[in-house]
Amino acid sequence: MELLWDGYIEPLVWIVAKILAIVVPLLVAVAYLTYAERKVIGAIQLRKGPNVVGPFGLLQPLADGLKLFLKETIIPSSANKGVFIIAPMLTFILAIIAWAVIPFDEGMVLADLNVGILYIFAISSLGVYGIVMAGWASNSKYAFLGALRSGAQMVSYEISIGLIIISVLLTTGSLNLSDIVRGQTGGMWEWNFVYHFPMFIIFIVSILAETNRAPFDLPEAEAELVSGYNVDYSAMTFALFFLGEYANMILMSGLCAILFLGGWSAPLPFLEFIPGAIWFILKICFVLFIFLWVRATFPRYRYDQLMRLGWKIFLPLSFAWVMLVATFLVVFDKVPA
Amino acid sequence: MVVQALAFYLFATVAVLSATAVVTVRNPVHSVLLLILTFFNAAGLFVLLGAEFLAMLLVVVYVGAVAVLFLFVVMMLDINFVEMRQGFLNYLPIGVLIAVVLFVELALVGAGWTLTDGAVAVLAQPTPAGLTNVEALGQLIYTDYAYIFQAAGLVLLVAMIGAIVLTLRHREGVRRQKISEQVKRNRADTLEVKKVPVGRGI
Repeated sequence: MELLWDGYIEPLVWIVAKILAIVVPLLVAVAYLTYAERKVIGAIQLRKGPNVVGPFGLLQPLADGLKLFLKETIIPSSANKGVFIIAPMLTFILAIIAWAVIPFDEGMVLADLNVGILYIFAISSLGVYGIVMAGWASNSKYAFLGALRSGAQMVSYEISIGLIIISVLLTTGSLNLSDIVRGQTGGMWEWNFVYHFPMFIIFIVSILAETNRAPFDLPEAEAELVSGYNVDYSAMTFALFFLGEYANMILMSGLCAILFLGGWSAPLPFLEFIPGAIWFILKICFVLFIFLWVRATFPRYRYDQLMRLGWKIFLPLSFAWVMLVATFLVVFDKVPA
Repeated sequence: MVVQALAFYLFATVAVLSATAVVTVRNPVHSVLLLILTFFNAAGLFVLLGAEFLAMLLVVVYVGAVAVLFLFVVMMLDINFVEMRQGFLNYLPIGVLIAVVLFVELALVGAGWTLTDGAVAVLAQPTPAGLTNVEALGQLIYTDYAYIFQAAGLVLLVAMIGAIVLTLRHREGVRRQKISEQVKRNRADTLEVKKVPVGRGI
């Protein structure tokens, strides 16, 4: 009995508690990211944004969630029911499980995998399935076209993201996310965005495309495709896509903070008394603000321009950068042990 | 260890069942989705073996890239399922023949399998002690087998160039956007200010 408790039940309880400690704040963050998005875009367009439900409109996300929860879930009669239901669940699950390897502070990580960055890359490359399955299962032209666009777009930009990750890994010498952050200690001039500045910019643009956000939100181009792959979804099935998309945005911002902005480390030495988790969250917020800022500023790309940017500009540039970094490290004998 | 065993049986059962379903379900899109499930469970088995790098590569390459292309192609095909079932009996003998040949080959390999001394100890260990997956693989690929690795890369490069050459065709009358030309344009090329006399036009 004691073995059962010590060996199995206690670790299980611990791990469930840790998972809840990550997922619950994440879902709250997703809810308030939608609020922040509306407020920021409102401010940029000289409007007020949501300001009616609760003080400063702070309860607006809860009201929206409740509305989606109470609506009727409609499954189109010609839809492929099993796949139609699984697709939003898959999108949501994938957006959540990637958080298992994100380090919030020194040692504050659910699973300190040796191949953490590959795990994130693998999970984010699965994200395309939720969308493609949704588009196919809806059995509708608009949804299908949206899904195809989205799938092609995500696969294309994954390549440049992969190459950028490789060039960061070359300077760090580890696939472990905590080690990548530890390699950037010593103030903000040691962070990777200084050494890999062009790649930092390309990475931010690529994650915009990878998460299907403006100006690359072609899958949802209202003018051509109504709403893209999720046009036939309603109520909670739609909400799961929505939550998944925003959780993915936060995840990609977190990845950007870890790879380029020093993760949990403080920008200046005298600021180290502030806990690392707070720095990490602030950096995520910074990248998320760029997401919203870009959305309010730039018009949507045309599809051929998007493909040209991904394949003809980002791919050669990031590949050249990998070669450059590798050559530099070998020639100047700076290869990390 | 009980948890590992349970996880193994879970992954193994789902992998075998979904692999069987790949060839038995009627809808080809379901087939591809089940194939993806099979890959995923194989990755899970790799993790249990301690080969986490291979597991992640399996997911990134096969699930994230290859299977996406499968799915794209299969989704866009307009397949008549009734017609597809009709040829089943015609192809049954040759299918059974191939299956029997493969099975006999496998059985022969399995029967003739002997292990050298000390191989059993190595079998249970994915990597030499004290090395991570990535380091162990890197040492093998980039030191012992560097030339073969380069040759494999060349084969892939040739295959890629071949695919591009086969599909590359220049169509007439396609208007492409040349962004560099658009950027290079200046005002003198595009605008001309004319004084238009009243009542006469240009």
